[in-house]
Amino acid sequence: MLGKLSWDALPLYSWVAFSGAAMEVLAAVAVVAIITYLRAWRYLWTEWLTSVDHKRIGIMYTVLALVMLLRGFADAIMMRTQQAVAYDSQGYLPPDHFDQVFSAHGTIMIFFMAMPFLTGLINFVVPQQIGARDVAFPFLNSVSLWLTASGAGLVLASLVIGKFSTAGWTAYPPYSGIEYSPDVGVDYWLWAVILSGVGTTLTGINFLVTILKRRAPGMTLMRMPLFTWTALVVSLLIVFAFPAVTVAGGLLGLDRYLGMHFFTNDGGGNMMNYINLIWIWGHPEVYILILPAFGIFSEIVSTFSRKRLFGYASLVYATAAIGLLSFTVWLHHFFTMGSSANVNAFFGIMTMIIAVPTGVKVFDWLFTMYRGRIEMSVPMLWTIGFIVTFVIGGMSGVLLAIPPVDYLMHNSTFLVAHFHNMLIPGALFGYFAGYMYWFPKAFGFKLDDTWGRRAFWLWISGFYLAFMPLYVLGFMGMSRRMEHYDMPGWQPWLIVAALGAFLIAAGIACMIIQLYVSVKNREALADTTGDPWGGRTLEWATASPPAPYNFARIPVVHDRDELIWRKEHGEGADKDDIATPIELPENTGHGVIIGIVGGILGFAMIWHIWWLAVVSLVAILATIVMRSFQDEGERDLTDSDVSALEKRGSGPLVGY
Amino acid sequence: MCRLGGVLAVALLLAGCSASQWPVLHPDGPIAATQRTLLFTAFGLMLIVVVPVWVLTVIVLTRFRASRNSDDYHPNWQSNTVDAVVWIGPAVIVLAIGALVWDYTHKLDPYKPLDLSKTPLEIQVVAQDWKWLFVYPDQDVAVVNELVLPVDRPVTFKITSDTVMNSFYIPGLAGQIYAMAGMQSQLNVIAVKPGTFTGRNTQYSGSGFSDQQFAVKAVSEDDFEAWLKVVRASPDRLNAKAYADLAKPSEKVPVKYYAGAKEGLFASIIEKYASHYFHDRETDTN
Repeated sequence: MLGKLSWDALPLYSWVAFSGAAMEVLAAVAVVAIITYLRAWRYLWTEWLTSVDHKRIGIMYTVLALVMLLRGFADAIMMRTQQAVAYDSQGYLPPDHFDQVFSAHGTIMIFFMAMPFLTGLINFVVPQQIGARDVAFPFLNSVSLWLTASGAGLVLASLVIGKFSTAGWTAYPPYSGIEYSPDVGVDYWLWAVILSGVGTTLTGINFLVTILKRRAPGMTLMRMPLFTWTALVVSLLIVFAFPAVTVAGGLLGLDRYLGMHFFTNDGGGNMMNYINLIWIWGHPEVYILILPAFGIFSEIVSTFSRKRLFGYASLVYATAAIGLLSFTVWLHHFFTMGSSANVNAFFGIMTMIIAVPTGVKVFDWLFTMYRGRIEMSVPMLWTIGFIVTFVIGGMSGVLLAIPPVDYLMHNSTFLVAHFHNMLIPGALFGYFAGYMYWFPKAFGFKLDDTWGRRAFWLWISGFYLAFMPLYVLGFMGMSRRMEHYDMPGWQPWLIVAALGAFLIAAGIACMIIQLYVSVKNREALADTTGDPWGGRTLEWATASPPAPYNFARIPVVHDRDELIWRKEHGEGADKDDIATPIELPENTGHGVIIGIVGGILGFAMIWHIWWLAVVSLVAILATIVMRSFQDEGERDLTDSDVSALEKRGSGPLVGY
Repeated sequence: MCRLGGVLAVALLLAGCSASQWPVLHPDGPIAATQRTLLFTAFGLMLIVVVPVWVLTVIVLTRFRASRNSDDYHPNWQSNTVDAVVWIGPAVIVLAIGALVWDYTHKLDPYKPLDLSKTPLEIQVVAQDWKWLFVYPDQDVAVVNELVLPVDRPVTFKITSDTVMNSFYIPGLAGQIYAMAGMQSQLNVIAVKPGTFTGRNTQYSGSGFSDQQFAVKAVSEDDFEAWLKVVRASPDRLNAKAYADLAKPSEKVPVKYYAGAKEGLFASIIEKYASHYFHDRETDTN
């Protein structure tokens, strides 16, 4: 009746695992209790969970990302402390547990922290930047969100029920095959990735169509803000790359569930096919994570230098070039498989070519600041921190792209340092900058400046302390994913790295305090104009927070920096704007239902509860059919609705 | 940025102090030494792009802060010349490193035999959970977790796995190459002076992974012969049953000697997984 599920699935194998699970359960109970105490369930359901408003979906994605950041970081600090103490001893984590921790850390940070974070920011910002009232497919957007959330839910569930995968975030076979990993761990990974992968693919389609079809009149492609450009390229990358991971996961699932031999050692299987497929997705994925951050940095540099972006066309072409080239380099993740020198040299050189458009971007940002009036706001701090630090990661990346050097450094902590050097300053700092930059637009008040600065300085110094030692350890021959070691020379560096992780923990604490302090002082921090930073693009032309339809009249675009154009042209700059009837999609619970039942389907497949899997699959199909027969789903706003909403203006909302 | 410089300086300083701790920066084999030189050259070339980024950041931030209220404020400034330079500069550097990559990737192809005037010593390497088996087919000995090489003689490793994917790595001597079941990969190395190194698996392979390392000893031709005698004195032979016992998962396995191995053991380990799919790059068309 319950498949493989039994009492043995409870995490009683180590006190660390048990306390982790207990903390997670307590946190969940606390959240439920608070919502119940505030009697907020109905409000939460009608206003948020069922919302198809791209802004609210964006905010919910971001909340998911921040929650998962805490979980993924908890894993990180456990690894750092384990390696700091595990010289010639077992430390406090047994191998089986340590291996789950690094697998969960990577999976969470990529799929359930970075992906929701960038999807959230794109959702919130892009329709406003292009002068649209919503995305092309609002309901699909809700389905995407809830599929991603249910994938995240599965990863969280694995801490309490059963174990997570020990096969790393890329789940290389044959280790991840049924012969070597018979537990449910890999299945948790598989279903979490497939569910969220479907959600992400739908997001890619949605934003591709939105950006191509929903731009305001006058906004030609070459007038789109840079963030929208990166969102467009990212959507394309998603649409082309994500099928590869879905197929790789699906075939691995066939191996595991039906005894097939796509990637097994025997029976004609070949693990390298999986490794090719996963990186054909995995390398574009790196740019899916980084390009939106590049877009955010472009917006911020221009806004806070009070200057038009330098080399806009170059930045656009560089973005497109990076997107295209990202599909031509996947083999550099496994130069060491023994392919010929011609193959390795080709992929090595292709990889380096990506450094050219990336370098162009860095210089274009610097020249945007040149001859500007730079205001060192908190979003700008993240940007400067990124530029200075990112180039170090770029250098180590080019080194790793040289096949003979990669033979030495592959699978070492040098590699770990390299990709964290790309993804923390390159992607995460960008998301943080975007979060602090667009927060007033979302909630009508700014985030506290002082706590933001504290968070930045702790993050960046923590980053250097945590990852520069890993570069050094790579030169000392330390492999990644070691649970303990017997080299005395490694320990001092690992202790420094652990200190770095604790500084980052303090940085995260500052961000939590920042949020609390800002909510408390929201009247003092209020954004009453809708344009708190002196913005240049259309999202700052709406109220903060914007009305559900963003723009009462569809703006007609005259310039790349449309809002600057409007400020310069003063009165009557909006005379061309078009008043059209406003039609709003109505909230629907179908997306939540598909997400939750999708999660149940995944859970049933993981534990081999076949009847439940069939029931949930039928339920999903029934929901989709029901939804497609629904004729209504939109409501027209009357003039009095609109003028009531417009009267509100900007500023913190009570109960928003 | 100063921090990176600091860390690197410390690293290089320490590299001078104790070579064995810094196998990558202070290698003993010519292959690893060339790889390291390449690393330094590429690093130097990249500084040509990266140092200007840092310098420019500092200049821009000191000169153009809003608080300085500089007159040099041009909110719409663009320059095609600068735009061209920022494309061409990095492109030239990448072209230079790209040429190096093409050249050295071919020179340092791990499959390429090293010194054609001498017959290489063949050593068959089998990755197991969680240990390494080395078979010396011509000497008819087999050893677990210890690798002894004669100095100045090229060595050809034929590598496979009898379990999940592993990566065979001796940082002081040469790079690494994957060990995959049902397939054979190859690595050519040469040691030019006596020394001891640590080799290990770098590809995560399960709970015994952290201890899956082995000692590598480069010794003179005489010491190599003497070592062979010691191995041959072992009472154990690696027959089918002994191999089956050895292949079972085990951790922290001590060094073990076998005087002789079953004929064709290495090929049979590969064929166990891929009788019809024997994979070796030498027989492939590429």
